[in-house]
Amino acid sequence: MYVAVKGGELAIENAHKLLDVARRGDPAIPELTVTQIEQQLALSVARVMSEGSLYDPSLAALAIKQARGDLIEAIFLVRAYRTTLPRFGASEPLETDRMHVSRRISATYKDLPGGQVLGPTFDYTHRLLDFTLEAEREVEPAPRAHQGIEATPRVTGLLDAEGLIERNPQASDDTPVGDLTREPLSFPAARDLRLQNLARGDEGFLLALGYSTQRGYGRNHPFVGEIRIGRVEIQFIAEELGFAVALGEIEATECEMVTQFMGTAETPPQFTRGYGLVFGQSERKAMSMALVDRALRAGELGEELTAPAQDVEFVLSHSDNVQATGFVEHLKLPHYVDFQSELQLVRRLQAEHAAAKVVPHQEVAE
Amino acid sequence: MTTPLRARASRTETGYNFAYLDEQTKRMIRRAILKGIAIPGYQVPFASREMPMPYGWGTGGVQVTAAVLGPDDVLKVIDQGSDDTTNAVSIRKFFVKTAGVATTTSTADATIIQTRHRIPEASLKAGQILVYQVPIPEPLRFLEPRETETRRMHALEEYGLMHVKLYEDIARHKTIATTYAYPVKVDGRYVMDPSPTPKFDNPKMHRSPALQLFGAGREKRIYAIPPHTEVISLDFDDYPFEVNRFESPCALCAATGVYLDEVILDDAGGRMFVCSDTDHCEGRRADGHRGSMLGDAPATLASKANVGGRADDV
Repeated sequence: MYVAVKGGELAIENAHKLLDVARRGDPAIPELTVTQIEQQLALSVARVMSEGSLYDPSLAALAIKQARGDLIEAIFLVRAYRTTLPRFGASEPLETDRMHVSRRISATYKDLPGGQVLGPTFDYTHRLLDFTLEAEREVEPAPRAHQGIEATPRVTGLLDAEGLIERNPQASDDTPVGDLTREPLSFPAARDLRLQNLARGDEGFLLALGYSTQRGYGRNHPFVGEIRIGRVEIQFIAEELGFAVALGEIEATECEMVTQFMGTAETPPQFTRGYGLVFGQSERKAMSMALVDRALRAGELGEELTAPAQDVEFVLSHSDNVQATGFVEHLKLPHYVDFQSELQLVRRLQAEHAAAKVVPHQEVAE
Repeated sequence: MTTPLRARASRTETGYNFAYLDEQTKRMIRRAILKGIAIPGYQVPFASREMPMPYGWGTGGVQVTAAVLGPDDVLKVIDQGSDDTTNAVSIRKFFVKTAGVATTTSTADATIIQTRHRIPEASLKAGQILVYQVPIPEPLRFLEPRETETRRMHALEEYGLMHVKLYEDIARHKTIATTYAYPVKVDGRYVMDPSPTPKFDNPKMHRSPALQLFGAGREKRIYAIPPHTEVISLDFDDYPFEVNRFESPCALCAATGVYLDEVILDDAGGRMFVCSDTDHCEGRRADGHRGSMLGDAPATLASKANVGGRADDV
């Protein structure tokens, strides 16, 4: 039986009421609090902050609750909130050398100044479902070593001191960083905008692209120079003051990939860099970002462009999951006006096709 | 650009600025619109904002409307020609909530009409603005996926590829097999995507007295057709452009020469064709025109959409 799409206003209202009920679930079960999400689903919160481009754990937790745990929907909510906020300016570059690290590992050196700090990680756990988590239980306090006392210089800094790795470009007032939320992205995009795009980009998309470079689609022989996670201070120069003031701390994950580069006529062989930085604790995203950042530099480094991960326009145009989910899901919207046009065309072409078939048949009969 | 100064300070009860966007953003969008009007059919990049509705659901049109909307405007929002489709309802509600403007279903009474997939049947008049929601602004996109390439092709007015595509259609199907989003040439210069309106609507764009604005949020492009601009659908001398034609008139209002929706009535092949433009259809019925199936139509089709009124009605 035909159900009219028209008359949508009441239907929408009722659907949203139903959504409210479905979100709550069985009212006999205690309701999740935003603080519980912030505390106990911290990695979801980190992802929503990173891809939502807004560092605010409690808003991210609220978005996760509102989105019923759908993280892309939560990211969308955070983005739509962020867009209404004024932009005061850009902070000073983060001094991640001075990060209070809760985790810091290097795959290139067995030991190094500051040491290898495993921190709270899934690594080396056996992925066996822990049925003791089904019930409430006391958590034993974890033993802690001295923390943040020893200086932890960056691995790439150690390589740089030997001239083994390319120099990072320095920040300069003459070349302020771009912001693709304020200026439309145009191609070819410079590395600042590429990194911003990747930091906001979908974790799954970047993971797959990074993975593809490991499987030969734009291979660049990466090593994890270093991953560090911890709290780092945000410095901001207010124009009226003329000097930097600390606005507070954020938790961030930074990954520096060290990759091979055979050199050119002008440049000696040396290691190159791929960079990843995200809010909160998210190694997978930071590592994927670093792999893709490096892959996107293929053109600049004179490497052959053969793979999707090296294609700036392809990667940057499709990394944003809020854009992607919107456009994919818009196919749910009515398209019957266009479909009607196509129906007419197909009916006409079919009639012409049938008419054309009749003629040779007659010839055979004759 | 009807926003008077007092709109700047006006805040609606939602706690957001008038029409959601901050004034700085609106100015940025207006600059893009002005550039678009100055170069008809040219796609102007703009810093599209994240909106509280998904990309692909009208974020470009909503931003354009928000930038040109003033407190005295009367807004009409249609999707598939109808004021009562779900997404049109949602966008209209958004502006009622964030701008408190009056809304209408009447094409003649509206000062701004935001649309997806249709141009109203009734002729627009000077002073009206038609805002199109655009998913893919680039008419050459399906021939060349790279933005860097397509921008160069526009710059050099290199549209041969598009003519080759249309020619191949004719060679294969004896007809140009593009039925909607049919490319047009604007003011003799830029090839433009009219958004996925059926080609039936293309002639309405030509020398329209209304201002036509196109917003593509996800793709961050705005373009425009100023009033009375020449808009020509691409074709060949021996295969001239033709609009879709329907065999029967509207089953509700007996209109001919309008775009019709096909409505399936049952699972035994029963169907009816009714006006896609619901306001036009209702107007004709009010004037006494009666289609062949007016008495038998499902109530939801024949009843008048009730979506107008002031913000406080909703």
